[in-house]
Amino acid sequence: MPRKKVRLEHSVEYLSILDKNGKVDEKLIPKIDKDVLLQIHRTMLLSRHLDDRMLLLQRQGRIGTFAPAKGQEASQVGAMAALEMGDWFVPAFRETAAMLWRGIEPANLLLYNAGYNEGAEIPEDSHDLPIAIPVASQIPHAVGLAYAAGYRESDEIAITFFGDGATSEGDFHEALNFASVLKAPVIFLCQNNQWAISMPRGRQSESRTLAQKGLGYAIPSLQVDGNDVFAVYAAVQEAAERARAGDGPTMIECITYRMSVHTTADDPSKYRDEDEVKKWQELDPILRLQKYLKAKKQLSDKKIEALEKELEQQIDTAWEDTHKRIQELTDPLVMFDDVYAEPPASLQAQRQAYEQHLKCEG
Amino acid sequence: MAELNMADAIKLALTQEMENDDGVIVLGEDVGVDGGVFRITEGLLDRYGERRVIDSPVAETALVGFSIGLALYGLKPVCEMQFSGFSYQGFHQMESHAARLRWRSRGRYSIPMVLRMPYGAGVHALEHHSESKEVLYAHIPGLKMVIPSTPRNARALMVSAIRDPDPVVVFEPKAIYRAFREEVPDDEETLPLGQSRTAREGGDLTMISYGAMLQRTLQAADQLAEEDGVETEVIDLLSLSPLDHERFAESARNTGRVVIVHEAHRSYGPAGEIMARLIEESFYYLEAPIRRVTGFDTIVPMFAREQAYLPDVERILDAARGVLND
Ligand SMILES: Cc1ncc(C[n+]2csc(CCOP(=O)(O)OP(=O)(O)O)c2C)c(N)n1
Ligand SMILES: [Mg+2]
Repeated sequence: MPRKKVRLEHSVEYLSILDKNGKVDEKLIPKIDKDVLLQIHRTMLLSRHLDDRMLLLQRQGRIGTFAPAKGQEASQVGAMAALEMGDWFVPAFRETAAMLWRGIEPANLLLYNAGYNEGAEIPEDSHDLPIAIPVASQIPHAVGLAYAAGYRESDEIAITFFGDGATSEGDFHEALNFASVLKAPVIFLCQNNQWAISMPRGRQSESRTLAQKGLGYAIPSLQVDGNDVFAVYAAVQEAAERARAGDGPTMIECITYRMSVHTTADDPSKYRDEDEVKKWQELDPILRLQKYLKAKKQLSDKKIEALEKELEQQIDTAWEDTHKRIQELTDPLVMFDDVYAEPPASLQAQRQAYEQHLKCEG
Repeated sequence: MAELNMADAIKLALTQEMENDDGVIVLGEDVGVDGGVFRITEGLLDRYGERRVIDSPVAETALVGFSIGLALYGLKPVCEMQFSGFSYQGFHQMESHAARLRWRSRGRYSIPMVLRMPYGAGVHALEHHSESKEVLYAHIPGLKMVIPSTPRNARALMVSAIRDPDPVVVFEPKAIYRAFREEVPDDEETLPLGQSRTAREGGDLTMISYGAMLQRTLQAADQLAEEDGVETEVIDLLSLSPLDHERFAESARNTGRVVIVHEAHRSYGPAGEIMARLIEESFYYLEAPIRRVTGFDTIVPMFAREQAYLPDVERILDAARGVLND
């Protein structure tokens, strides 16, 4: 009956490939087609411009509350670009850049943020899930999707996004344990953006890293520089290979920063220092990628300027389309749609009574 | 006396109770430094420090379960859920333990906790931020469930809830947190939990409502007086559990005609229970079938259509005129 030590060797790898000056570690950089890389850059920039525009529209009262992705574009686009379109994308509520990579139209995002359920419409052949607002609640869905894909002998895998705050929720822990025990082909992508509304990362958890929470469930887990699109891409690519080979889940903690408000209903001046924001601006994921692309002569200031103009125009057009669509979406009866496959008679009756009421009101 | 809005009136209740009793602990997500997303707990951290005003990790099961632990020890936790739509992990702890520990321990333990949360539509919010699912809590034996309708009764109910020996769920109508002001006495004021009030007197028709919908109900009542010469009595429930059925029964026996208004879904909503009580106890006094104006049995739509979901004055008038003409 000895009293002895059970030795556990745990350490968390930290991966960074692209530094803030745009220099890369050539040994570590993943192979990405030039066109794909430019597409990655374009999507990150589109997301940034769309965020800025939506903030403006929200301040003008033309759309409602939303959660900006600003600062987290590399974590999102880097991850999605490393996966196949057939893989399952299970977002939380801040994944604008990832959604754009998946081909979701800016006009749809605008419509959604203007308060219309139609903005969340998902094409029949897509493997994207809609936005999930209750923190961490979507994580188990990704595990189920991934397991189901395995059950059907598909090589699709699933990726789910969540924040640092989400790692405090039971749903997160239960989902990780499930994935580990069932060897589900799923990638847990934590965007540690240093804040959960007003709660700083340091007070959310005493764990030195969030990645080590995955290790607790025997899931291969690492930290990456989340503002480094190459590091995120490489980590997700590796995790995807492992998942497709039948070796189960991976947890990736992307160290990044929420450069904007939590949502437009939030006032960060109550709880965080502008200096901190400035410090992270130097690590801006888009600027870093641009420095690299410029050094490689794949991009120039002039080209960036032209691209920004083009993206602004794209957003102008999207907002015009959204605006037009809103004019057409005047029928409130759509609120009765899609609650059930077949609306029960009592719900039909409520709909008809309300329709009648509207007619009488004229 | 000060003219306060409901947000400040609730804050006054919390401040005074923290001042009176060092067992009162405030906890929740963002309730400290940020002062709560609706600023209800603003200033409390500075005044009472971080051992009494706890900014918690994002973890509702633990928030509610931990509050139960505090209460078991004899403290008085006032736990905030950021929105009622995010209370469901906590719901498990409320139903499985907060509601039952007195019963399970044969009276040895009690859970004097308050679980407070904003509910209801009308603030242009995202999904899950506009629900009105008070029945989930009102259905549970062992829990009390109250919903204030004005600044003054919000303050008084909150004080009573904190002092109550049993777990009390307080749903705060966020749509009217800052909609209007009312005189709120500086001196402490309480209201018995389980007691409704008459918000407007009248002898022709009884309307029963609570929370944010009370305003629309009163508006409809005024319009009926003006346009139809009908005097409506409006009963403000204030408490769904216990339900004060005496007052509305008395009014219904007097008028014989009843309309119930709430924004909760229709099926199995509070109106169903109220109708059942009226039918059980006052059936022979009723002159017409009771009508209810409620939210529909749909998911609350995103905000562009939330007003269509909510009962409005027109729908209330329709129902009232229907009952009057039946
Ligand atoms: C279950 C639940 N509780 C509370 C909230 C309110 N809320 C929305 S976001 C958030 C913080 C989430 O922080 P984190 O997981 O780090 O994600 P981030 O917002 O930083 O992207 C909270 C508490 C919620 N949406 N769901
Ligand atoms: Mg965060």
